[in-house]
Amino acid sequence: MKSKEIICIVCPNGCYLEIEKKGDEYVVRGNKCPRGKIYGVKELTNPTRVVTTTVKIKDGKLKMLPVKTRDPIPKNKISACMRAVDKIEVKPPISVGDVLVQNIAGTHVDLIASRSV
Amino acid sequence: MLTYEIVVIGGGPAGLAAAIEAKKNGIESILIIERDGELGGILQQCIHNGFGLHVFKEELTGPEYAEKFIHELKQMGIAYKLDTMVLDINKDKEIHAINTIDGFMTIKAGAVILAMGCRERTRGAINIPGTRPAGIYTAGTAQRFVNMEGHKVGKRVVILGSGDIGLIMARRMTLEGAKVLAVVELMPFSGGLTRNIVQCLEDYNIPLLLSHTLTEIRGKDRVEGIVIAKVDENKKIIPGTEQEFDCDTLLLSVGLIPENELSYNAGIELDPITYGPTVNEAMETSVEGIFACGNVVHVHDLVDFVTQESRRAGKNAAGYIKKEIKKESQTVHTHPEKGIRYIVPQRVRIANVGQKLDLFMRVDNVYQDVYMVVKINDKEIKRIKKKHLAPGEMESLEIQKDDLVCEEGSMISILLEKEGA
Repeated sequence: MKSKEIICIVCPNGCYLEIEKKGDEYVVRGNKCPRGKIYGVKELTNPTRVVTTTVKIKDGKLKMLPVKTRDPIPKNKISACMRAVDKIEVKPPISVGDVLVQNIAGTHVDLIASRSV
Repeated sequence: MLTYEIVVIGGGPAGLAAAIEAKKNGIESILIIERDGELGGILQQCIHNGFGLHVFKEELTGPEYAEKFIHELKQMGIAYKLDTMVLDINKDKEIHAINTIDGFMTIKAGAVILAMGCRERTRGAINIPGTRPAGIYTAGTAQRFVNMEGHKVGKRVVILGSGDIGLIMARRMTLEGAKVLAVVELMPFSGGLTRNIVQCLEDYNIPLLLSHTLTEIRGKDRVEGIVIAKVDENKKIIPGTEQEFDCDTLLLSVGLIPENELSYNAGIELDPITYGPTVNEAMETSVEGIFACGNVVHVHDLVDFVTQESRRAGKNAAGYIKKEIKKESQTVHTHPEKGIRYIVPQRVRIANVGQKLDLFMRVDNVYQDVYMVVKINDKEIKRIKKKHLAPGEMESLEIQKDDLVCEEGSMISILLEKEGA
């Protein structure tokens, strides 16, 4: 297989990665840290992203609560996740890290609060 | 009259970190003045992740990052006033401020830390011609509307400028059901972080049109469409390359400007490139005892670097109160040369440099495979190889104390050299 060039998005360094498939193995070059290698292989096999968005707050001083998926979810599940989030309304008090929805959109990842209200 | 040892103006990431660090360095009487109704500043509307990788070694959202500092601040019992506007400050470190509870206040400070952050350039700042319909927002305003106030800003969107906030908003508007037609950038490269181009544009197939600019806004009451055109290397519009977009919303992400009306009126010297106060190694401005940190000094890409800079300002302001800072010292200046736009700090008092001196800078263009060369009075002391440099990514370098062989008036200059030149 020809090598594929991608930009690592694990952190703001944005390393330019070169990934080559050798048999069943992937060889990653250009990464400054081990996380870059994991990202590179994952990006070619099963790309994932953390989804951050907001949900409505009922009877609160603030109108919207920022939320996120605790871990990255597969890219092709992002829109299903957004549709599921759209239906939620929460009531304070909420602490940062509280689980709002378990296993959002069948991803086995929880939706959690990004701030306390 | 109220009296505090240190007064911090602004309760965003810079102000929070500076106040906490001052307290850790033994200052008891500290006040933060914040004009918004809560602490945390712009982080509260930056709901995306990517904050904290340097400071906390984990990837946090803006509100999570802010909450860590707000929690620590409250635990330490540091005083703060919300919904409070600072009207002016002067060289005697007297602050006039106003709110609806205390009314008009005069606050006397032993030291002041300026942490007012920055604000967005608007349509007026870049002279966009055309009508003035509803539907034109700066990207940050749209971000606040969507993320904090729960409004839908528009359905068909074009974003002018590819700074990070514009890229983040392209993804955010898409996730909220809008169609982002394009991100239009005047320069031949994006001003945003590479990772944001990947995860905000490429992930959602949003076109990034480089070397393009806006030539017309259409619509009377609401934006009905816009026209863009290609520009040549001199940023002049190429006739015949016009392209129309049918849209109801235009977001502007065309740069940030440090907010320095207070500094200017206090007689503090401002740098014509950064638009922020010139500072020394202690993050002290041209007025003794008035310090500055974060985006009010120069616009940062990462909040982590704002935190680190603000901790230095807080520590040094504490040192100033405790009279630990050496005022009498050889002073040298930093000087940006070929390829470098600016360097912070602009002045360095050698006696206050610890084991190393950290310098922060931005380059003026995209460069591949170059050397960043540091010279003191034309004598090279350091050379660092750089694979990739871009104006959108702040660079930093360290100079070891032993290499700082300077005398009063010496110049530390930084420049770029092509490999093999």
